[in-house]
Amino acid sequence: MNALGDGEVVIETRGLAKRFGDREALKGVSFDAHRGELLAIIGPNGAGKTTLLSILAGIRDPDDGSVSRPPGEIGWVPQQAALYRRLTVEENLRLFARLEGMPDTEATVEEMLAQSALADRRHDQVGTLSGGNQQRINIALGLLTRPAVLLLDEPSAGLDPRQRERLWEFVLDLAGGGTTVIFSTHNIAEAERYGQRLLVLADGETLFDGTSGSLHAAVPEAGARDFEEAFVAFLRDRGH
Amino acid sequence: MRWLFLKDLQILRRSPLVTVLLVLYPVAIAVLIGFALSRGPEKPRVAFLNEVPSDTPLVVGGTEFDITGAKSELCSRLDCIPVSTEAQARDMVESGDALAALILPPDLITRLESLGGLNPTQPTVRVLVNEEDPVKAGLVDDRISSLVTQANLRISKEVSHISANYLTLLTQGGTFNLLGQTLNILGLNNTERILERVRADLPKDSPVADSLDEVIRFARLAGQNLDQAKPLLASVAHPIAVDKEVVSGSPPNLDSFAIAVAATVTLMFVTVLLVAGSLALEWEENAYPRLVRGLVGRSALLGEKVVLGVALSLAVTLLMLAGLSLFVDIHWGRFPAMLAAIVAGGAGFAAFGAAIGGATREVRASSLLAFMVSLPIAFISLVQSGTVSPGLFDVIKVIRAVFPFHPALDAMSGALDASGPSLGVPLLHLGILVVAYGVLARIALRRLS
Repeated sequence: MNALGDGEVVIETRGLAKRFGDREALKGVSFDAHRGELLAIIGPNGAGKTTLLSILAGIRDPDDGSVSRPPGEIGWVPQQAALYRRLTVEENLRLFARLEGMPDTEATVEEMLAQSALADRRHDQVGTLSGGNQQRINIALGLLTRPAVLLLDEPSAGLDPRQRERLWEFVLDLAGGGTTVIFSTHNIAEAERYGQRLLVLADGETLFDGTSGSLHAAVPEAGARDFEEAFVAFLRDRGH
Repeated sequence: MRWLFLKDLQILRRSPLVTVLLVLYPVAIAVLIGFALSRGPEKPRVAFLNEVPSDTPLVVGGTEFDITGAKSELCSRLDCIPVSTEAQARDMVESGDALAALILPPDLITRLESLGGLNPTQPTVRVLVNEEDPVKAGLVDDRISSLVTQANLRISKEVSHISANYLTLLTQGGTFNLLGQTLNILGLNNTERILERVRADLPKDSPVADSLDEVIRFARLAGQNLDQAKPLLASVAHPIAVDKEVVSGSPPNLDSFAIAVAATVTLMFVTVLLVAGSLALEWEENAYPRLVRGLVGRSALLGEKVVLGVALSLAVTLLMLAGLSLFVDIHWGRFPAMLAAIVAGGAGFAAFGAAIGGATREVRASSLLAFMVSLPIAFISLVQSGTVSPGLFDVIKVIRAVFPFHPALDAMSGALDASGPSLGVPLLHLGILVVAYGVLARIALRRLS
């Protein structure tokens, strides 16, 4: 067990399989995620990362296998901001807070505005905001219900370095508070830096499940300058 | 440039729905326009029942009419469908296979011939019609009036000739056959001459009883002949009468129908475009997956869109009717019926729009598809039975049954005018379509999720 969480399993998957026509997007993926853990899912394009996250979020059903989820909500932050661009920041938050059945809608809206640091843009239409600010609202919507598990699909895509840093500070705080965070990314350095555990997928198969140090050690070619080179070498060694 | 061209072709190939619409729509419209232009005014299909005994000659005033030629001429102006019984004729009109039925009764020839006699009896032809809407009712009336007027002109020409002979007899004298007896008619001219001679030659106390008797008899007969000429002249004005019977349909007046068409078209475009676009927008905003992963069920999402479409189209349609009421008379006392028609029609169009929005998932594509589908359907739904071939009208009947425009139009017509169609059937029809399109939209949402 490489998890750095408190050991309590909050998500358990066994033999997940998913097909889209003739293409097998997932082939028997199994793993556990623990409370407070930061789990990074990495892999080349088409590896099945988004498919896996969408099954964990309950958007798609697997063709085979099982998922055990924690009671209560799983927060989900899709890769593309799922927001109404003609509504203001505040109106978006209020709408989804109501749909989530939050007991105090206005308090939740204020909390999310503070958390996303967008209180001063509350009356702006979302369509007028930068991609980074839209992503912050997108994440805020995923956190509305204070979920035990937060799923982030490429959360830092399109963000500038300062926005990325702020995002990861925020995510680390969440994990520190006991929220399990499972994120997918193409940014290998980000995965190494923030992922306490890495799940490597390629062509729908699990190639690796462990820490970045273990992955580095598993690379047969010595002399990789950084983790990204080690990761590429690892994939090459596994035939991808 | 060629690479850009190839790129555009590749994009079109990967957008099969848009490509198919871009190709098929102009073709369909071109076919419709070409069909309308090339065929010209369609000969109305009329069931033709001839109850006159065969080989009965028609003689009016000693002139024999060519009945076969007259029938051929009639059937060159109509698409005559011979039937052998009145029941067959009635069925054809009720089903819409024929615009009307023309029935020539057995005594038609006898009555026509009586027009040349002193006891004319007006001949009557029977016409069965299906006035399912006021436009069709007007079309039927125009056709029948035109045909009967032409027939009357031919007959009145002959009857006028007979009338002239009678007037000649009255003025110049001659023989006249009445009930097998030949009568000598003195004539007014002869009477004048006799009276002048009597007046000149008559000595006082001379017995002129015979001549006077003759004058007296002529005076009596002249009076009788003039009396007989009155109905004869009446028959010249309109020899053949038409006994029209509406076997099916109860059209509202034309104003109400025009308002119903305007309201239904408005209802259709507002609702279909709004609901299709609104549902497709959920995908474009990437909000759909977030909504249906527990926040809102797919059926609830569809229900919300239908309610949105009905509410807004209700407001727009009522506003339009209020505006129209400044220029035309709208019976606001029938407001509950109007409300039911607008809500049911709006629900039918909303469910149809939801199916389009669910299938396209793009606002622009859904709007384009909604417009391209709705317009021809509205056009086709206004085609009257009996004005196109039975095969084509069968296709039109299917389209009417499958899309909500026609039942919505029937409901609006019935709601706006008490003499219009009953509300029950179109409301039930719309209810079925709401369920059917709701199921299709639900399948589209699930399949494309």
